[in-house]
Amino acid sequence: MPRSHCRISRAITAIALLGLLWLGAAAADTLEDALPGLADRALPVKKQAVAAIVAAGEVRALPILEGLLVGDLYAREGDPPVVLVRSAGSVVRSIHPITGADLGEVDRASIKKITLTNALRTELRGAIAALSLGSPDPQVRLHSARALMQDPNPAAVAALRARLGQERDTRVRATLDLAMAVADLQVGTAESQRAAIAHLDGSLYPEARNALATLLATDALDPAVAVAARQALAGIDARVAWNARAETLFFGLSLGSVLVLAAIGLAITFGVMGVINMAHGELMMLGAYTTYLVQQAMPGLLDYSLFIAIPAAFIVAGLFGVAIERTVIRFLYGRPLETLLATFGISLILQQLVRTTVSAQNVTVENPSWMSGSWQLNPGLALTFNRLYILVFAMLVFLALLLILKRTALGLQVRAVSQNRAMARAMGVRSARVDALTFGLGAGIAGVAGVALSQLTNVGPNMGQAYIIDSFMVVVFGGVGNLWGTLIGGTVLGVANKFMEPWAGAVLAKILVLVFIILFIQKRPRGLFPQRGRAAEG
Amino acid sequence: MRKRDFIKRLVLGAGLALGLSSLVPAQAADDTIKVGVLHSLSGTMAISETTLKDTVLMLVDEQNKKGGLLGKQLEAVVVDPASNWPLFAEKARELLEKDKVAVVFGCWTSVSRKSVLPVFEELNGLLFYPVQYEGEESSKNVFYTGAAPNQQAIPAVDYLMSQGVKRWVLAGTDYVYPRTTNKILEAYLKQKGVAAKDIMINYTPFGHSDWQSIVSEIKKFGSAGKKTAVVSTINGDANVPFYKELGNQGVSAEKIPVVAFSVGEEELSGIDTKPLVGHLAAWNYFMSVDTPENAAFIKQWHEFIKDPKRVTNDPMEAHMIGFDLWVKAVEKAGSTDPDKVAAAIIGLETPNLTGGIAKMLPNHHITKPVLIGEIQDDGQFAVVWQTKGTVPGDAWSNYLPGSKDLEADWTAPINCGNYNTKTKTCLGTKAK
Repeated sequence: MPRSHCRISRAITAIALLGLLWLGAAAADTLEDALPGLADRALPVKKQAVAAIVAAGEVRALPILEGLLVGDLYAREGDPPVVLVRSAGSVVRSIHPITGADLGEVDRASIKKITLTNALRTELRGAIAALSLGSPDPQVRLHSARALMQDPNPAAVAALRARLGQERDTRVRATLDLAMAVADLQVGTAESQRAAIAHLDGSLYPEARNALATLLATDALDPAVAVAARQALAGIDARVAWNARAETLFFGLSLGSVLVLAAIGLAITFGVMGVINMAHGELMMLGAYTTYLVQQAMPGLLDYSLFIAIPAAFIVAGLFGVAIERTVIRFLYGRPLETLLATFGISLILQQLVRTTVSAQNVTVENPSWMSGSWQLNPGLALTFNRLYILVFAMLVFLALLLILKRTALGLQVRAVSQNRAMARAMGVRSARVDALTFGLGAGIAGVAGVALSQLTNVGPNMGQAYIIDSFMVVVFGGVGNLWGTLIGGTVLGVANKFMEPWAGAVLAKILVLVFIILFIQKRPRGLFPQRGRAAEG
Repeated sequence: MRKRDFIKRLVLGAGLALGLSSLVPAQAADDTIKVGVLHSLSGTMAISETTLKDTVLMLVDEQNKKGGLLGKQLEAVVVDPASNWPLFAEKARELLEKDKVAVVFGCWTSVSRKSVLPVFEELNGLLFYPVQYEGEESSKNVFYTGAAPNQQAIPAVDYLMSQGVKRWVLAGTDYVYPRTTNKILEAYLKQKGVAAKDIMINYTPFGHSDWQSIVSEIKKFGSAGKKTAVVSTINGDANVPFYKELGNQGVSAEKIPVVAFSVGEEELSGIDTKPLVGHLAAWNYFMSVDTPENAAFIKQWHEFIKDPKRVTNDPMEAHMIGFDLWVKAVEKAGSTDPDKVAAAIIGLETPNLTGGIAKMLPNHHITKPVLIGEIQDDGQFAVVWQTKGTVPGDAWSNYLPGSKDLEADWTAPINCGNYNTKTKTCLGTKAK
């Protein structure tokens, strides 16, 4: 008896193994069969092929799906009809999409990238998330649990529930619990709904808030559940409101930092020297174009290009500044109207110079990878990296400038000349040289600001004009001749603008800020921090 | 004193240079047919319009190689209105009165078209306008070869609805084209049963560069559990920081797709397109369309401009169609007389570049296919949807209360740009 029992069980195992093998073969066949469909140009055929691969639910399909999503999957003539492509430098290697075998070097012209639509991308992301829920890497599991939570279809819920039983990582568990709670709200009993609400209380995930809101909108809701849900929702809304305030403040500081960066060079040329420099915006444009040229010259060093561009832009714009001062402005000291006209002419010349030497079209300045993306502080609040770095950068530039003016010999001479030119000359300061260097410093700072702007906005021949008005506004508001005034003025204007924008709209907010400044200047013509003493009278 | 003289001389020199440049094309032989080109070659719009100037030059060149028109050579007269709207009217007058051009190809922004319209009507010239616009206009002297709202905006919204979009952000630059288009779209969406709280409308100034709050608002608006899309009539330059901010705040095309009406291949050539992949644009032509006509056009363009990297775009195709139709009309009329050409051109057909036929309608608009494309990482569009056949352009929107009953028909017996079909009266060309 025991022997026959053993034989039977062995037979069953064999059959099961065979069945598994056969299933595996069948899955491989679905994968293989679907490949030509992926390479097809017609969208419906492609959709079918993706659906077939997704339905097979095979882990081995993961490289194909991922390759498709990131654009590494190419169509080609021959077998297999699609290949994964890995490029290292100029060498492009093709890889078998299923077996992963290296198929050797290929010519880029002989293969064609498989294009996708949004609907397909969404499907792929869902399928990849479901397949990678069993991944050994907790980070990948966390990511896929988050992705599945956003799209709570029954299959996804079942997959998450199954995973919850065996998950060890606490962060992944928390996300899974949350996803379960969101799912339970829709379908569970009053008891499980209350448990779910307790779990969602205070969660900042938008899905949690939406689930509660949907629950409250349903008819025939258990009164106790409704009360609990309403309370939880109110709690979440209060926290979301604080998030929103923090976010607006950050936006304001960030706009302020851009204004400060744009204006701080002008605070030197206009504020300290008293030159109305209408070409200030164009000096920023030169800085931005320097960034472009640096990136063009060193395509391999994209991530470091900004560190090279900052000194390069300072030198380029600074040299232009010195040249402008030596050839035009020095003949026009004390004649503000003519300086204004002449520098306006220079701004047009610089624009046309760029238009004819580079191009009338805008140019592409790429963002280094560390400038992209955002810093997730909590599920409802993320600060974008590019703004964050520019905020820090603006502070650094400000401090550097402050140090130069207060702690160096040049700074001393600059202040001396601006306060009393005749006396400074009598003391042996070569005022002409100081003028040129001061103007060059202001221009150089404008160039550095241009590097920062190239990461935020268009780089084109007209880009400077967008900032010239704002720059003057900040300097005049902050108080001519005072660096701290420029810092405070720019920040205040930025924050005020951003707090007004949500309820007034971008157009009206800008108008209101201008009206405010006009009224403010009526009351305090010398700005926030007026210069005192004899220099102010002269 | 010496410095003042210097400035005076500077100003004088600049004026002289400007004067000379406009004088050069005037010394032309009389046995040519003159074609005016009225596109900004400097200022903010130079980015877009310079390409169109080159397109017309290429078309004129090509026609001359084929033996000209009516036995005469064509001669292009190029002026630069410098993105300055009143200057457009002055330059138009100069082209028509001084250079005596037979036809003008030009304008980009609606405000520049509105500025030259009275000049063309007064002097009876012909203008071919190649850009998508807000509609609500039909002049006896203007031929609209770009899309009317029913050839771009409405089909784009239809496509998004078919994709399950329930909440709508209408974002635009603050001027006449976005405002009118959004008014039409809002009326259309409400008619389709979209509630007012599911529509968010936002306007920003020209060249807006700080999109943080607006993108954050869109993100919040879109996280309410319903599928959301942005319909963008944001103009030119402002798009770059807008899309950058979308990418940085993690708004992907799968979550909240943006369909743009003013972003084409030319605009994308100034942007790093990686964060934009999957966002949409609605046009009547894409460079990526795979037809022999398009391949030939691209090849001709690259040979003419001597740069194989330059892209082609929708307004270029519109100029190509407009130019072909004008040539055919002149041949049919046997003359370049504006009245004869305007009468002859209605009903004429020419193949477009996407495998269809463009036909000039009695309302001075043409038939066009509508294509929806998704941005790819090489800066091109992959067509994901297109209308079956072509859509006739409608001058007066059926979704606005003021223009529902209006029709434009420049054939006898109506001969009117804004004919009220209810009262059976013509409001006159200057009405509205």
